[in-house]
Amino acid sequence: MMAWLETTWLTVWGVLPPEVQYTVWTLTKILAIVLPLMLAVAYFTYAERRVIGYMQGRRGPNRVGWYGLLQPIADALKLMFKEVVLPSNANRFLFLTAPMLSLAPALAAWAVIPFNDGMLLADVNAAVLYLLAMTSITVYGVIIAGWASNSKYAFLGAMRASAQMVSYELAMGFALVGVLMAAGSMNLNTIVQAQSGGMFYWFALPLLPLFVVYFISGVAETNRAPFDVAEGESEIVAGFHVEYGGMAFALFFLAEYANMILISALAATFFLGGWLSPFEGIGVFGVGESLLAEPGLHWFVLKTFIFMFIYLWLRATFPRYRYDQIMRLGWKVFIPVTLVWIGVLAVMIVGDIGPWFGGGA
Amino acid sequence: MIESILFYIFAGILLAAAIGVITARNPVHSALLLVLAFFNSAVLWMLLEAEFLALVLILVYVGAVMVLFLFVVMMLDINVAGMRRGFARYLPLALIVVAAIIVQLALVFTSDQFGAQMLADLERYPADYNNTAELGRLLYTVYVYPFEIAAVILLVAIIAAISLTLRRREGTRHQNVGRQVQARAKDRVRLVDLPRRQGEGDK
Repeated sequence: MMAWLETTWLTVWGVLPPEVQYTVWTLTKILAIVLPLMLAVAYFTYAERRVIGYMQGRRGPNRVGWYGLLQPIADALKLMFKEVVLPSNANRFLFLTAPMLSLAPALAAWAVIPFNDGMLLADVNAAVLYLLAMTSITVYGVIIAGWASNSKYAFLGAMRASAQMVSYELAMGFALVGVLMAAGSMNLNTIVQAQSGGMFYWFALPLLPLFVVYFISGVAETNRAPFDVAEGESEIVAGFHVEYGGMAFALFFLAEYANMILISALAATFFLGGWLSPFEGIGVFGVGESLLAEPGLHWFVLKTFIFMFIYLWLRATFPRYRYDQIMRLGWKVFIPVTLVWIGVLAVMIVGDIGPWFGGGA
Repeated sequence: MIESILFYIFAGILLAAAIGVITARNPVHSALLLVLAFFNSAVLWMLLEAEFLALVLILVYVGAVMVLFLFVVMMLDINVAGMRRGFARYLPLALIVVAAIIVQLALVFTSDQFGAQMLADLERYPADYNNTAELGRLLYTVYVYPFEIAAVILLVAIIAAISLTLRRREGTRHQNVGRQVQARAKDRVRLVDLPRRQGEGDK
């Protein structure tokens, strides 16, 4: 039976023209990325409520399903059956396009993330540029949402959010310049391979200032606490998505969490060696030769989870920044730090200081 | 085959968006259509295997310039009717400008340097060809002086723009973050031990 199925499948597959085969195969890979991602987003919201709950001495959602595990499903169902209210005099087309515009880049950026050696959708040379381009157009969803809502709270939130995102993009871009200088490539797979040799070879060490700047800019870029003035509920209700309800609001929510996971995955890829094992090449107790030293998908996922947890930790810990202080931090602290460190890095690469830059240049 | 289909699709959207930019009544719609036009021209560049230029176009124009543009257009209360009033008066001048542009374009497209015959022999490179590295190599070797001069001119422009908007008003209150960080509790708060007056606690 199985053999018969296999042969029929192979004949059917073989008859298809190569373009169709390629399309079907690519679509399958996209599904294999997007479905787990959506699941991760759903359970990230649950994890957020549980983690912050425990940090604040509460329990968080624990009623729906075992330990509240069905809570995200219940939330999703609730949002799906709610009405999408169109504000009066709102621009209907733009109002409904904005949530999609904010979700699409958040998902599209995942095309170049390497999950394991060579396990990625698009192995492109200019992947870092592609990522910067994708993160830079997420701002349109916010701006258009704020404008099309025809509400001053939404508009104020959109203005704040977009100014903040554009500002922190620069610091983020400069931090990535350091990464591509160190790796000598813009291909993410090559960047990860340039960090092989154990955890002391990861770029987090030689690029420590850029690493810190990158992650904090990432938090600001996704408009998360403590930089979430864009939705500062105490002053402008909920910011740019104040007029949205139901599924349209859910799309913004999905985009925000997908972006957070994206920034976490990127930080893991650029600075913590992506799918490489931290125990690679460690001589003590034969760890370097054991199963622990094998690179693989699980290391990538684990490292991404660490950053995702830091997101929640930051939110539970810090009070909201004041807006002018956010701008000051981005322009007057982060950008000079990255500029100086790019100079230092150039000297380190030219002088071949440390074990990191053998593969590059 | 598929490439030409893609080209016609994206070129069609590009032209439609570009026409929309000048015909849309609402300036915000015009700006958004311009974003769409930029995006589609980036895709066309991508079809020409110029991935660096395509991505930089999106990064710089779509991601930064148009955001600021949109900002300004949304903030301003533009009187569309008033701007359309002088249409008939400016029409002759506009026609002259359009004619000049058409003549220029025709000259470019029919010349030996840029004509359509130049496009026919576009070289296709293998998949591992790195457009970005190649551009970088050229910019920093063959064209290093023009590149550096352009960079200095841009720097001067940035400084000029900043100095134009920089004005110091008297009497505004700023916070000095360095001083705030340096503040210690003992500079701000004085704890005083008040001696108990004689006989007060006895009652």
